[in-house]
Amino acid sequence: MVEGSKVTASARDRILASIGASGNPEQEYQAIERGYESAGTAQKGQKLDLFIERLTDYGAGVYRCTHLEIAATIAERLHARNAQSVAVPHDIPVDWLPQPFEFIRDHASPYPQIECCDGVITGCAVAIADTGTIILDGGSSQGRRALTLLPDYHLCVAFEDQIVETVPEAMHRLAEAMSRPLTLISGPSATADIEMTRIQGVHGPRSMEVVLVSL
Amino acid sequence: MSVRVGAAAESPSFPMAAKAAMEDVQLRQNVRHATGVIRAKRALLVEEKADWQQLRTAASRIKEHTMRYLDRYLVQFEQSCVRAGGKVHWAEDADEANRIITGIIQSHGETEVIKVKTMTSDETQLNTALEAAGITPYETDLADLIVQLGSDHPSHIVVPALHKNRMQIRQIFLDKMHLETLGREPKDLAEAARRYLREKFLRVRVGISGANFAIAENGSVCIVESEGNARMCLTLPKVLISLIGIEKVIPRFRDLEVFLQILARSATGERMSPYSSIWSGVSANDGPSEFHVVLLDNGRTKVLADEAARQTLHCIRCGACLNICPVYRQTGGHAYGSIYSGPIGAILTPQLQSMRHSETLPFASSLCGACYEICPVKINIPEVLVHLRAKVVEQGDSPIVEQLAMRAAAFALAGPRRLAAAQGFARIAQKPFLSEGVLKNLPGMLSGWSSVRDLMTVPEQSFREWWRDRK
Amino acid sequence: MKISLFITCYNDTLFPETGKAVVHVLERLGHSVEFRAEQTCCGQMHLNTGYRKEALPLMQRFLEVFDDAEVICSPSSSCVAMIREHYSILAEETGDPTLRDKVRNLLPRVFEFTELLVDRLGVTDTGAFYPHKVTYHPSCHSMRTLGLGDKPIRLLKEVRGLRYIELPGADECCGFGGTFSIKNPDVSAAMLADKMQAVAATGAEVCAACDNSCLMHIYGGLHRQRQPVRVAHLAEILASEERR
Repeated sequence: MVEGSKVTASARDRILASIGASGNPEQEYQAIERGYESAGTAQKGQKLDLFIERLTDYGAGVYRCTHLEIAATIAERLHARNAQSVAVPHDIPVDWLPQPFEFIRDHASPYPQIECCDGVITGCAVAIADTGTIILDGGSSQGRRALTLLPDYHLCVAFEDQIVETVPEAMHRLAEAMSRPLTLISGPSATADIEMTRIQGVHGPRSMEVVLVSL
Repeated sequence: MSVRVGAAAESPSFPMAAKAAMEDVQLRQNVRHATGVIRAKRALLVEEKADWQQLRTAASRIKEHTMRYLDRYLVQFEQSCVRAGGKVHWAEDADEANRIITGIIQSHGETEVIKVKTMTSDETQLNTALEAAGITPYETDLADLIVQLGSDHPSHIVVPALHKNRMQIRQIFLDKMHLETLGREPKDLAEAARRYLREKFLRVRVGISGANFAIAENGSVCIVESEGNARMCLTLPKVLISLIGIEKVIPRFRDLEVFLQILARSATGERMSPYSSIWSGVSANDGPSEFHVVLLDNGRTKVLADEAARQTLHCIRCGACLNICPVYRQTGGHAYGSIYSGPIGAILTPQLQSMRHSETLPFASSLCGACYEICPVKINIPEVLVHLRAKVVEQGDSPIVEQLAMRAAAFALAGPRRLAAAQGFARIAQKPFLSEGVLKNLPGMLSGWSSVRDLMTVPEQSFREWWRDRK
Repeated sequence: MKISLFITCYNDTLFPETGKAVVHVLERLGHSVEFRAEQTCCGQMHLNTGYRKEALPLMQRFLEVFDDAEVICSPSSSCVAMIREHYSILAEETGDPTLRDKVRNLLPRVFEFTELLVDRLGVTDTGAFYPHKVTYHPSCHSMRTLGLGDKPIRLLKEVRGLRYIELPGADECCGFGGTFSIKNPDVSAAMLADKMQAVAATGAEVCAACDNSCLMHIYGGLHRQRQPVRVAHLAEILASEERR
């Protein structure tokens, strides 16, 4: 019995006793046929174009800039949305943040306080071109999960070298972080529950934008 | 043991329920429209994926492998989850799962829970058990909310309110959310749900979820969703309880690279669902401070024991087989009398219930094979249907008239002389039903058939007679 | 080539014209056809309805009858599908290695009629003449289990005088499904209604298929509704010749 596991001993034992095969699972696992594409084949430019195309498809705007233009690009986006108060992770780089906005650095702030913000700005861990996916792993400049969930607008800063082409490449990059809280975001919150028609925006941020930074 | 699949044991037979469902013109229109939309979207996105077949094969192999060593992977999952700060419980049947979950909620003195869409909790009828214990469950998935507010039943695995159109949903919201005005567009309805639930997300301290995948390697749980309601339930409450069928375990984190690529494409016709959450136990300063997993058997080990049918447990609940099924398209989901409808429901429900109370389900298919062709994990549903039909016959649950007819046919087909005699007999026996050169108003088992179809007559000369005379 | 015809029990009984047409086409192409009179049925109806025990002796009979046949041809996709999909499983279940070997040895020799023509004999022009508007319903077994693809349509397009019209929603089941149409007559009828609507929309005079069972179903509905569309097995169209 595993320590800390609240076991109804009989149920666990009976379930486990009724299953079971002999063999070498490790060896058989390694032998599983994986004929699908794992590494991408696109050139860098094509890959970035694909990423932008996918995000645009989801209704997520993409804004490209250089490293030195991050703050200016963010300022532009916040102006465009008339965002006044903006939540940010506590460890967000200072040079990303333009004046004269009010930034609320999240140090375990109460949820209602985050919820009142007009938006949130974060970085990301990895992004996938093929599916237009941004992945947050709670690492630097990404904050905790609630931060990118409660405000109605998410502005995400992604660097070109964070973008991979395929899903398998992304999972490979995440191998080290696999046990952290991961959130894969592919466009803004949406639903297809009414007549199978995609409607943008239910509970998560209804608007999402990406600042794509060249190196 | 009280293995149960929702209220499936008390449901009417499929042919009866289907007949009733097909009389609802609005329902049929809604189902047709919705399945048509999703089929078209899926087809486009699968076409762009050059390695689709390789992904299907890999997914199928991973599942096959996992089922073979499920005991080991379950124990590994338990150990990893506990190491990450989670607590693991095991439940043999629906009642045990409900008792465990109710107990955890009561131990915190809570009387409300917010729920992520979970079929497994519908299977155990968790909401009924919670309500009986004085706990109010709030469904937060839009479709589940529609079903809950409308005191309805889910009719689709992925889109439980697929049988309702926007106007019907609007009326439910107006009545149950006590709204004075509400727009007519889907976005207005989504907005209403956002307002209705936001306060609950921020207030309620216990969240309940199911799981799309549970990873043995590191004890992570993965939930794929669209709206953000799951993220709310998984992140904001203090206590999180995930009810997970034992077949949801996959060996490793990297296996997600296969399943995440096939799930959304098959389920909603998207490249990736808007949100996938993956977490392991509890994390300091991020999300719930207490995490429980309830591993549920509820008949699954019995399915696993039947090698010819265990592939049923490979299902990732994408619902693609429902959308493509020509039977589902006519009847909608309620006719299947179970929370699991469509082709996968027709094989899953009877097996979970040890082949009792659902003897007509394995026959609710024309065996057209569209479900097998579309299944992203390659479950050979027609093959399993035929296998289960044999079980129904074996346990003596097929109609007596049918048994007699099948035996008579077997006798007649046992040799060419008998067959020729039967052909001769048929030519005579058909005479009373001859009308306008065809057969009409056939009796008994054939009466349903001949109520809307004519039957060709048996010609005077069989092929074998022609061949014999030709030489 | 010597071709052994497996007519199938229902074609033998209800659709002798299809068998005659197959014989006619193959002989016209210069092949010799044999009919082994000991044959009866492949066991499909029993197996699909759950009567596995009753299906087994029918399979054994089939294996015996066609034991030494060089090429076996059948004008029924669903029966060929039964043989290909289920015979190995049935044999496996008996645990009898001889039976298993017999099935393994049988499978490469069994051809559905259009497979035989296009794949084995390399023929698409059968020299037929059929001056009618024809649509084609790809039955589920022909399309999904056998993967006939466009073979039947390629054959039809070579027929002189024939105007081929594509069937909308062609890949939808007609609702027959053997005993499905008896056990679930209402759902089956609703599926049939969709199929009939599609057939009528083509304006074709004839609806063709590689399965008489589906055609019997479609015809049953069309005739009841007094629709002027006829049905014909593909072989009957390919057998048709210009009267000189």
